[in-house]
Amino acid sequence: MDLQPVTTRERHTAKVGVRLSIIVLLSVMISVLLGILVGAVGLSAGSVFAELANKVPGITVDSGLSTRDSAILWELRMPRVVLAGLVGGMLAMAGAAFQGVFRNPLADPYLLGVAAGAGLGATLAIAYLPDQTQWPVSPLPLAAFAGAVLGVVVTYVLGRSGARQFAASTLILAGVAVAAFLTATQTFIQQQNSDTFREVYSWILGALGTVGWGEVVLILPYVILSGGTLLLYRRLLDVMGVGDEEADSVGISSAGVRLAVVAAATLGTAAAVAVSGLIGFVGIIVPHAIRLVIGSSYRLILPVSLGFGAAFLIIADLIARSVLAPAEIPIGVVTAFFGAPFFLLVLSRSRRFS
Amino acid sequence: MSGLRLVDIVVAYNGAPVVDGISVQVPSTSWVSLIGPNGAGKTTLLRAIAGLVPFEGVIEIGQQPIAAMSRRRLSQVVAFLPQRPILPEGASVFNYVAIGRTPYIPYWGTETTEDRAVVEEVLHRLDLAEIADRQIASLSGGEAQRAVLARALAQQSDILLLDEPTAALDVGHQQQVLELIDELRLEQGLTIISALHDLTLAGQYADHLVLLDNGEVVSEGEPSAVLTEETIKRYYHASVRVVSQPDAGLSVIPIRPDRTVRGAGI
Repeated sequence: MDLQPVTTRERHTAKVGVRLSIIVLLSVMISVLLGILVGAVGLSAGSVFAELANKVPGITVDSGLSTRDSAILWELRMPRVVLAGLVGGMLAMAGAAFQGVFRNPLADPYLLGVAAGAGLGATLAIAYLPDQTQWPVSPLPLAAFAGAVLGVVVTYVLGRSGARQFAASTLILAGVAVAAFLTATQTFIQQQNSDTFREVYSWILGALGTVGWGEVVLILPYVILSGGTLLLYRRLLDVMGVGDEEADSVGISSAGVRLAVVAAATLGTAAAVAVSGLIGFVGIIVPHAIRLVIGSSYRLILPVSLGFGAAFLIIADLIARSVLAPAEIPIGVVTAFFGAPFFLLVLSRSRRFS
Repeated sequence: MSGLRLVDIVVAYNGAPVVDGISVQVPSTSWVSLIGPNGAGKTTLLRAIAGLVPFEGVIEIGQQPIAAMSRRRLSQVVAFLPQRPILPEGASVFNYVAIGRTPYIPYWGTETTEDRAVVEEVLHRLDLAEIADRQIASLSGGEAQRAVLARALAQQSDILLLDEPTAALDVGHQQQVLELIDELRLEQGLTIISALHDLTLAGQYADHLVLLDNGEVVSEGEPSAVLTEETIKRYYHASVRVVSQPDAGLSVIPIRPDRTVRGAGI
């Protein structure tokens, strides 16, 4: 047998992988640097680099930053940038996974009731737990998280009783019904408590405004667990592309893969939503933009989504807090306002060159 | 080698039997074709053999009942090509064919160099090596059908289930695909079970025909025994002429009934 084409192809694949990794790492690093350098208080790049270098064991440099500036860097900007990165990466990856497992380009991580459930949970917390500062842990993210997970579980249980168990379309329709019901409930509660309208509204549009390391610590385990699980399924998501029946006929259980992927993506999305509200568009735009440029294999789409989703949301958050500084634009508005034109640009260019 | 034995197979959808007590023997390395009118149960029977629908009765592959096999093990011995395979958008021909290696790859693993070598070999054999990097969705009908066949061959199973493998092809490509399947059968000792609408092609390529109607076997045997004008009239409600030519085998030619009456109206 002629082995030459195998090695050539493998070498080519490896080369593409290395090149992509470099591009992704660079864009994450650049966006992180921009995220910590730009803000109301100017920090010089040199001092920031010195501060970062100081964290490396065995290196001591005088950064020249005042205690206040150092606190701004480490207690305000850094956790916010890291959180934006985690949320963005998680949402993009979960979106990509949902699109794969449902073979539906319009699927996003909120498809099966995560958003509506989280919205209801958050509204309940805001409306009926007025003095949240008195709690040992803030109840808002917990309520949003619980609502998100509950929304998807109800969707799954209802979708299961459909004619074809766990068929993609049955699940999506159950998700639509559950989301409509939960949103109606949420709207009703909001109407009954109109004094909290503003707070609920701003939560729904998404915000990374009040974060510290606490939120990062809160979602990090979920992002690792969820992201790690989704990466394990990267090849099986490619197999799912041939449809449930054919996937079953090559020896996997499409229902089992779908359940595992939905569970993992839901956990990560619910954690992200709990700390940042409903940031739309990331889960659709980022994976599709990646797909248009590098093709349809989830082995590349998933890890690249993690990186580009992180970079995208860090930059979106940067814009959200700088354009009208010191006021902030809801980050969900930024992701759609800048994300949509960018996406259309990628779409039109990829058509022209394909 | 893996022959197949089906005993009293019943498949019901919502309580209504679609396959109703079918027993068939498929000798190793033979080509058996299921024929019969729409809704006769051909596809359902193929899906039962592929382990895709629950059934009553016994399906044995080389003495071993498939009910006792894991899905993974079954997919190492049986490959199934549906009538309208989904060609994933954006996937290259190579990656599409590599999906056929799934039964041999650990659940969360990826292809080994050996798996890739099998894929390359299959692509080579089916003249797809040149277009291995093209997108599967951009292929012509004939190329796409070969790519789908390649994916099944990458499974390296002895039994190939083909549901209407020529449905979307012109007469030239129909012939090429069926010739290819027959070559592969002889070359690699495959056992083929196909469902075919085209009775002429079914008669020319299969060793043995099984005529289904309403989920039951109503006739089976050599093509010349099954493809008779009376049988086809009875089960397909079609007027045909069966012509046997020494150099071409059987041809089933549809005859337009009562042509003069229709023509007179125009």
